[in-house]
Amino acid sequence: MSILFSLLVGLVFGTGLIIAGMADPSKVLGFLDLAGNWDPSLALVMAGAIAIGLVTYRLAGRRTVSLMGKPMNVPVVENVDRRLVIGSGLFGIGWGLAGICPGPSFVLLGIGSAKGLVFVVAMLAGMVLFELYQRFDRT
Amino acid sequence: MSIDWINFTPFSALAGGVLIGLSAALFLLFEGRIAGISGIVGGLFQTRQPGNFAWRIAFVAGLILSPWLYLAFSQLPAVQVDASWGTLAVAGVLVGFGTRFGSGCTSGHGVCGLSRLSVRSLVATLTFMAAGFLTVFVVRHLLA
Repeated sequence: MSILFSLLVGLVFGTGLIIAGMADPSKVLGFLDLAGNWDPSLALVMAGAIAIGLVTYRLAGRRTVSLMGKPMNVPVVENVDRRLVIGSGLFGIGWGLAGICPGPSFVLLGIGSAKGLVFVVAMLAGMVLFELYQRFDRT
Repeated sequence: MSIDWINFTPFSALAGGVLIGLSAALFLLFEGRIAGISGIVGGLFQTRQPGNFAWRIAFVAGLILSPWLYLAFSQLPAVQVDASWGTLAVAGVLVGFGTRFGSGCTSGHGVCGLSRLSVRSLVATLTFMAAGFLTVFVVRHLLA
């Protein structure tokens, strides 16, 4: 059930990305190019998503279980640390270089873009690198 | 700065954003989970949580299959990847490592985190936005 539901949510999420224009890296870069001919569209993608999100978290409130009776896995960490800033900075550099972030990378893959495939493979490698770093950091 | 009115698509941007928000809402309210893509994918490589693979794979499969769902209703919009193969490889590694190191990406911090009014996510979002703006400025206006 959980598997089917996750598939469905992924499908709707991906469709939203396509409609929003997020699956097109050149449009994303058009948004990130403040000094050039700026395309503000993606600010509205965030606005639309967050408007729904604000209502959602109001509805979720202090629930400890979901509507399906599952535990709520909402982050509890609230401190701003070095990792958060460095990691987000590195992500932003990669995002600015390619115009692709994790969600849209898989949509690009589905569209059949060879460049999307290269990006996804490199991104997964980066995630594996992080797991290796974690292990190294702990010992 | 000038506004690119020709490529500005306010209505589809808002509609797409609402759909993204709705899918994240469904995931939170029914599954109790944050629809943060980097966390969902990165969790596949965590060996400490067995039995957590299937739903993650299913979510990613949904993302990959979404163009086909879209195709059932309309023709797919054109996508254009300007970056070179080498740049894409470097960018991919930075995005993969960075999102895991910073615990989130555009969806987890930018959409879900800001919706929760999380200060942590606000700092993360401002940081990756600033880094993205700066990188494009350097690539397009300083190096070009």
